[in-house]
Amino acid sequence: MILNVTFWAFSALAVFSGWRVFRADSMVRAAYWLLVSFAAVGVILVLLKAEFLGLILILMMGGEMTIMAVFMVAFMMNPAGLNPMTMVHRNSVAIVAGVVSFLAIAALGVFARFPVARAPVGIDPTRRLGVELLGDSMLVFQTAGVTLLAAMIAAVAISSARGRFGAGDEGSVEPDQLVPDTGAAPERVAGMQPGGPDGPRDPSPMAAGGHT
Amino acid sequence: MTLQALVFVAAAIFGIGVYGALSQQSFVMIMMGLELMLNGTILAGGAMWALTTGGSPKGQMLVVVLMTVMAVEAAMGFALVIGVYRVRKADITEKIKRLKG
Repeated sequence: MILNVTFWAFSALAVFSGWRVFRADSMVRAAYWLLVSFAAVGVILVLLKAEFLGLILILMMGGEMTIMAVFMVAFMMNPAGLNPMTMVHRNSVAIVAGVVSFLAIAALGVFARFPVARAPVGIDPTRRLGVELLGDSMLVFQTAGVTLLAAMIAAVAISSARGRFGAGDEGSVEPDQLVPDTGAAPERVAGMQPGGPDGPRDPSPMAAGGHT
Repeated sequence: MTLQALVFVAAAIFGIGVYGALSQQSFVMIMMGLELMLNGTILAGGAMWALTTGGSPKGQMLVVVLMTVMAVEAAMGFALVIGVYRVRKADITEKIKRLKG
């Protein structure tokens, strides 16, 4: 009874705060509404006896939403919500898509027949998950770790101020002599050679000799 | 706390996420929509683990993988927002309608 009341209270909170994310005037408030939604789902996971997952979700999202809020203050317009703000496009199409996906998944939950096999009462799910993580599912766990490492490296590479072809905020565009150009390409390459890589190299031994 | 109720709630969260990801103009708000969709997915995964697998830890592994997906999505999303902002000075989707800048 108490379990059910708690479950429905946190379910309502999760859905309501999820809806408030896209109705808040301030993006910072939107980030914290999203955090409330994640925290409510984390509590529901704890009620389902998946304590580890629920607490990890709350911890992870607490950090991530704080980063998101700081990020929005740094980058976005109107972070404090001083003016009413709605920035939407194709609103009716999006509403229809959301309602249709809700109805489809809810129908799946109501009408599909899933096997009924509740977790036994006496077990310790966290202990079993730990044994699974470092046992049979070690490869999955390791793959997730390597994926996160690759994501970190890729994030640094993408957001670096130094782009591939120069400073990122100047566009970091490809140099135009690398564009295949039928007529002028051989001439330009020939013209580049005196002032190209050989040009700066010539005075340097002399300059070095002059210093010594 | 039946499976139907849990999937119903998860579907509601997912549907709101779909609405947000499709309707918002700001890149960060689109990311929030995607995260909300993953939030619903995590809830459904946890519900399936608790009520249909008999406590097998492999069900929880699926939720761990979903959390990894969420972290990768957030990292890549922030990096792409910064990259697009550096090159185009754009923070909403309407400013990058063309791929060639």
